Order: sequence, then structure tokens, then C-alpha cells
Amino acid sequence: MIENQVIPKDTGWSRRSLLRSFAALGSLGIFQALLPSYARAIGALTAPTMRASRDTLMDIAIREQSLEIAGGIGKAITLNNSVPGPIVELYEGQEAHLRVTNHLGEESSIHWHGLLLPFEMDGVPGVTFPGIAPGETYEVRFPVRQYGTYWYHSHSGLQEQSGVYGPLVIHPKAPEPFTYERDYVVMLSDWTFEDPHHVAERLKKMSDYYNYRQQTLGDFVADARKNGFVATLKDRLAWSRMRMMPTDIADVTGATYSYLMNGLHPAGNWTGIFQPGERVRLRFINAAAMSYFNVRIPGLAMRVVQADGQNIEPVEIDEFQIGVAETFDVIVEPQADMAYTLMAESMDRTGYTRGTLAPRLGMQAPVPELRELPMRSMVDMGMDMSSMDMGNMSDSMESTAMPAQMDMGSMDHSMHQMDMPMPDMAADQPMDHMMMASAGPVVANHGADHHGRGNNSVAEVQRDRLAEPGTGLENVSHRVLTYAQLRNLVPMRDKRPVSRTFELHLTGNMERYMWSFDGEKFSEVKDRIHFPYGERIRLILVNDTMMEHPIHLHGMFMELENGQGDHLPYKHTISVKPSERLSLLITVDEPGRWAFHCHLLYHMEMGMFRVVEVTP
Amino acid sequence: MNQITQKIIIIFGLLFWVSGVVAQNTAIDPRTGAPLDWGDPMPEMLNFMVLIDRLELGSAADEDTNTYDLQGWYGGDYHRMWIKAEGEGERGEELEDAEVQLLYGRMMAPFWDAQLGLRHEYAADTSRTSLVLGLQGVVPYDFELDTALFVSEDGNASIRAEFEYEWLLTQRLILQPRLELSAAFDDVPDDGVGSGLNSTELGLRLRYEFKREFAPYIGVSHSRTYGGTANFARAAGKETSSTALVLGIRAWF
Repeated sequence: MIENQVIPKDTGWSRRSLLRSFAALGSLGIFQALLPSYARAIGALTAPTMRASRDTLMDIAIREQSLEIAGGIGKAITLNNSVPGPIVELYEGQEAHLRVTNHLGEESSIHWHGLLLPFEMDGVPGVTFPGIAPGETYEVRFPVRQYGTYWYHSHSGLQEQSGVYGPLVIHPKAPEPFTYERDYVVMLSDWTFEDPHHVAERLKKMSDYYNYRQQTLGDFVADARKNGFVATLKDRLAWSRMRMMPTDIADVTGATYSYLMNGLHPAGNWTGIFQPGERVRLRFINAAAMSYFNVRIPGLAMRVVQADGQNIEPVEIDEFQIGVAETFDVIVEPQADMAYTLMAESMDRTGYTRGTLAPRLGMQAPVPELRELPMRSMVDMGMDMSSMDMGNMSDSMESTAMPAQMDMGSMDHSMHQMDMPMPDMAADQPMDHMMMASAGPVVANHGADHHGRGNNSVAEVQRDRLAEPGTGLENVSHRVLTYAQLRNLVPMRDKRPVSRTFELHLTGNMERYMWSFDGEKFSEVKDRIHFPYGERIRLILVNDTMMEHPIHLHGMFMELENGQGDHLPYKHTISVKPSERLSLLITVDEPGRWAFHCHLLYHMEMGMFRVVEVTP
Repeated sequence: MNQITQKIIIIFGLLFWVSGVVAQNTAIDPRTGAPLDWGDPMPEMLNFMVLIDRLELGSAADEDTNTYDLQGWYGGDYHRMWIKAEGEGERGEELEDAEVQLLYGRMMAPFWDAQLGLRHEYAADTSRTSLVLGLQGVVPYDFELDTALFVSEDGNASIRAEFEYEWLLTQRLILQPRLELSAAFDDVPDDGVGSGLNSTELGLRLRYEFKREFAPYIGVSHSRTYGGTANFARAAGKETSSTALVLGIRAWF
């Protein structure tokens, strides 16, 4: 087998001959040749019992290469010749020594996502260091102060979209509060054969460029038949009056993306091996540039044990939504000698990726169909529903219709949790009654400041949406993880009262594809945000837009105020739902300059980025 | 010049240069707290777009016409330079109407650009420059509006407004109604323009987007003149209304 074989760029001849030799190897040969070892069926992480704690010394090379990816040949930026990059394994209590060499013709960088380290090592060019110049090697050394599942990626331009990302696993000093026999990284990502800069330019010229699920005449006729002509017309007018689209779920869609699991597209079928009865740890990492995923394993319950690398009280679920840059560790216990599909549907349902858990290589289970297209609602728009004519929205939820899901077994657990009576499914009643009932409570109204011309709508009504499972999962008939369920395994360390409160609004002008905080793009702001060193602060985030934004603070964990008393969960990336208001507690104990941004890559590039400075 | 003076100049020059270099290296970007020469982590993106909205052949009862209508911009989110050009004429003849506009546009509100600049008309028997004050954007209910007030070098004022709407029959088959209104504040007999509403053009174009960037279309366009303008047309022996079948291409890059 060819080890880490790559096809160098600009070599038409050798590429063709290499392709021929790959063809001779068969498809499995191709995939194995181009993937990092952990992505192969037999290349899981070392078993927990065999691990010896040690310092890590590792070299990472960033190169531009053509390689086989997503069923074609793509121009990618690789890490040690693969996409995703190699797994970086660190050991809690030991030293990390990582040497990153940039073989590109442009500046590059690597950021260690979720790691606590001196800010000079954080890898954000222009903020924490000058970037890695072409041909240079950047040496990163830091003591490893934590454990869990994390990842690393380029923080330069749009390189991350081209493949500069990889998993980072830190092994604990003491045994973890759960046990397992198998350990796999499941890294989800999105890939386009387009030049990412071209994608950015297209979004700037036409923000709905990649949305080929817009409402058409045919949809109108279908909805009018179902909900009545007047109701349908009112719904369409309500949206067009706002100059927005209910089908705007993702900016970049399956129209250009292939979705990958450990670097493989669905046909590649990444496979993790188990023996029936074994406990299998799956470390899900969303390394996509722009895509949220809904993840489930039909036939297997998942026990979530860590979120963003931090222990939580185990919670058993059947599906979870993972925002960009988040991680969830789950444990599954397949008992049967059969294959299971790891299904990761893109949130907008324009595509998916999948893999397989199987007792033997070459097995696979049925792949579920993509479910119905989710729709934005007036709740997402931050509209005050109480004063609105219900007819206005009567069919805005029609695509999240429940009946299709109802055959999947027992009635909806998530609904019982919401203390709501079962809706009468047989009646042809408008769905938004349900939507209103299942949407979180209104907690605040928007102030008079609408954030200027860089922002085109505000959440007039702001809701607590932490107990909601996420777009497209409102009405599924099985258990879906919510943020409200995340409960830290250990009590809060810092119980001091909050000394200061910061409030930031997530804003955007979709017409021009501008993204910002408080209506100001990074290029417009005058100052960094100063967090007071040594204090306990509250950060309130309000999403004035109609899309989810995964907000990431470098260098310090945020504790999500989700009603879990003094067991608030730690997050490095928090997905804020449309028109949601949430709050986070932060102990400001890491001096330095820390990036704070939306982790949707193109949103960040368009200006949804700030720097937080902590000065002792 | 004596040597001492030369040396003093050189020394001061060097000091000036060194202080500049030092200042540059120690200057801090207030947004990041990092040295300026580390570069901008998220630089403002400049972009451009050229839209060929209509490039079409028209066929009416009395004449066959060629029409082009295109616009382009370059700039950031708030400030853009615009070029707009359109022209129309009988096939095989010189253009009857042709104009080019050069405008500075500034985003005033989330969906609105205000534009200021000059228009030059250069067709057959006209050559005239006007000041342009424009407003371009999207009105609630998703109508695209491009409207402008023109004040010519002779002091005559006129208004033109274009509305376009896009109705998706399928994801790629799009029906676009288009309405263009022209009105003048003054009579300009030389141009055959009377004051008041002087002409309308109502079009319906059906395009198929092979790519977002490229769509051929067919459609109909009905144009009409009114009031004083219609009187001038009749006096010149021209029709006051005409309906044409149109065939064209819409493209952008």
C-alpha cells in the first residue's frame, strides 16, 4: 500500500500515470492511500490502556497539492499530505512541542482550537503573532493543561476551506469518568472544488447564489392546496415584505459542497470497526467551514459524555445538532453483529455525509433519505408573534411537518420535556401554533438601536432557545440533544458574583453579505474589547439575524447559563440560534489578545470578528 | 551648498527615516492591540460586479431593434463606483438613444444605495451631459428599484424609474416583470419630450439560468408615449405605442 501518497501539483504526466496505478488498486486503495491513518478503518486511536503519557514532538507541513477528494481531483491545502491533517495527540500534564512549516506561497497559520495556552502560541496572524511566512517554521511549545477532544486549523484567509484542519486529542492524566474499548475521531467537514475566494466573491455579488431550494410557483401551488390560497399568499408577502427568504438555512450549500467524514465523501464510507458488546467512543468534531450537521446513528442510542472537550453528566440521545467548530464525544454500545450508519445530514438538508460502524470491513447499513427541507419561521425572525395575525405565517412551517416522522416509533420525548400537550396531528391546523408552543420563551425585547446600515433586521423579540434542539429538528420523534441538557460533571469553580456585563449583538446585512457584531464589521471598529483581568464577567449574546452563528472565544472557556445551577457546562464555541438571547460566564484569567468571532468562515472573513484583550 | 549644510541635511534625513521606521514598527492597531506591521487579520474585501441585464433583439410591427442595458460596480460595502450604460436603436442604424453614467454610490440604509454622478448621452443627434442623483435598492416585497433624477446642462430636469421583480417558476426558470417610467419637468421640443409622464415600457421576460451567471431569455416589451411627448411623436410621424417580441441574454460576472 502506498503510504500517504499524494499527487504533486503541476505534474500532468505523473498525475495521469499515478491515477492509472490508483485505478489498478481499486477504490479502497485510492482512499486509503490519501487519507491520514486515523481515517482508515483499522487506524483508530490507541486503546486507552496502552497509552503512556509523554511529551509530544510533532512536525506539521502545510502544502498545496492536488489530491483525490470527494470523488474527484481537487486542489487542496494539506497537512502532512492529507485532508484532514494528522491527528495531534497530546498528553495532559506534559509538554506540547509542535513545529509547523509553511510550504505555501502565502502566509499561513495554525490555531489550536479550544486549547488553553499562552496567547503567543494561539496562532491568529495579525493578533497573536505575525503569521508563518512562506518557507518558515513556526515552533509552538506549551504545557498541556487540559484533556479532551479538540481540533486545529488555519486562521489565515480561507485556507481552512481548502483543507487546513485536523483533529487534536488530549489524553487525560487521570482516568476519565467513563470507559470504552474503541476510540474513533469522526471529523465532519465540507469540501468544494471551487476556489474558496470565488465562493466569497459570489456570495458578495449574490448572497443567495447557492440556494437552489427557493420557493417557486410549484411550492406556492402545493402550499395553497394544503393551507389555502389566502394563507399562502399572506405568508409569501410577509417574507417578501422583509426582503428575506424562509429557505435561507445555509449560505453555502450542497450545490457546491461535498460533505466529508474523516476526509471521505459518502461513497468512500469511512468505517469504524467494533466487536459486538464493545463500547465505542466517537469523537465528533465539526471542522466544516460553513455547515452545521444533524448527526444520528439509526438503531443506536448515543451517550454524550463530553461537549467541547469538557466532561458533562452523561445524557442519552438519538440525535444531536453540531455547530461549526463544536465537538461532542459520545459512547455507543452496539450489541448486534451488524453494521450501523453514522448519518450526518447538513442542517439545510442539501447533502450529507455518512460512515459506518461495523464488525468487519466492507459492511454497510441502509442510508436514510434526506429529510424534508427545514424552513425559517417568524420566531427566527424575532417577530412578536403575539400581536401578529396568525394567518401570516400559517404555512411557514409546513416543511417541518411531523407526519413523516411519526412512523418512527414512540411519541416524541422532546415534546414531553417541553410540557406541551400533543398536538392533534390529524387536524389540518396551521403548524405555527406548534412552533410557538415549542419555541423558547420571550426573555427580552430589542432596544431602539438597530445597529445602523450594516444590519438589516433585529430580534424585536428575543427568546431563550437553549431547550430547543435546533433548526429542522423541532418535531422529530426521537430524543435530540439540547444545550439545556448539558450539565457540567463538576461544580463551578468560580462562584464569585459577576463584576461586569458585556452585551454583543450578532448582526448582518444579507443583501450585501456583510456580517458583524453590533452592526460594525471588524474593519470599522475603533478598539478591541477589554475584559477585566481576574474578574468574573457575564457575556450576553443576542442574535439579530435569522441564521445560527457559532461564536468562538479563543483562550478561555465560557460557561453557558443554561439553568444547570452551579454545574454550568463549559463551551469554547456556542451556537446562537436566530433571535436568541443567551448569556455566558467567563473567569477572565488568561492574559493576552484573544480572537472572538463567528466560526462560519465566510462570516468571519466578512468582518464578524473582534479581538478581546486581557491585561493583567 | 557647503558640506556642513549637506551633512546636516543627511543626518536629519536619516533621523527622520529611522524615526519613521521605528514608529511604524511600534505602531499598534487599536482593533487588535498588535503591531500594525503584522497585517490586518480580516481586511476589508473589495469586489466588483458587471451585470448585463438586457442584451436583446427586439422585433415589433414597424421596426427591429437592438438594445443593451448593463451596469457595473467596484468597491466595498459602503462606497462603490458605478458605471451604467444603455442604448437602443433600429437594427442596422445608428443608436437612437445611448447613454453612459459614472456614479459614486454610498450605502444609506441596509437595502439602499444613493448615487451621485454624471450621465452623458451621445446618440444620433444628441450629445448632452446631465447631473445624476440616483437611488437604487430593494423595496419591501422584493422589488428592485433603480431610479434617478437628471438635470441636464441646459437646466432641464427629468426622472426615470425602473422596477424589476423576479418570480421563480422553478429554481432556474424565472419570470421577470419590468416597468420603466420616464417623466420630465420641462418641455424640450428639440428632443420631442413633453413635460409630465412621457413614456412607459412594460416588459415580461422569461429566462432560464443555465448558471446563475448566464441566462438567455424571451419576452415581450410594450412601450408607450404620453401627453406632450406623444404629440411630438405623432407630429414626427412616429408610433406612440409599440409591442415587441424580445430575445436576449442576461449575464453577470
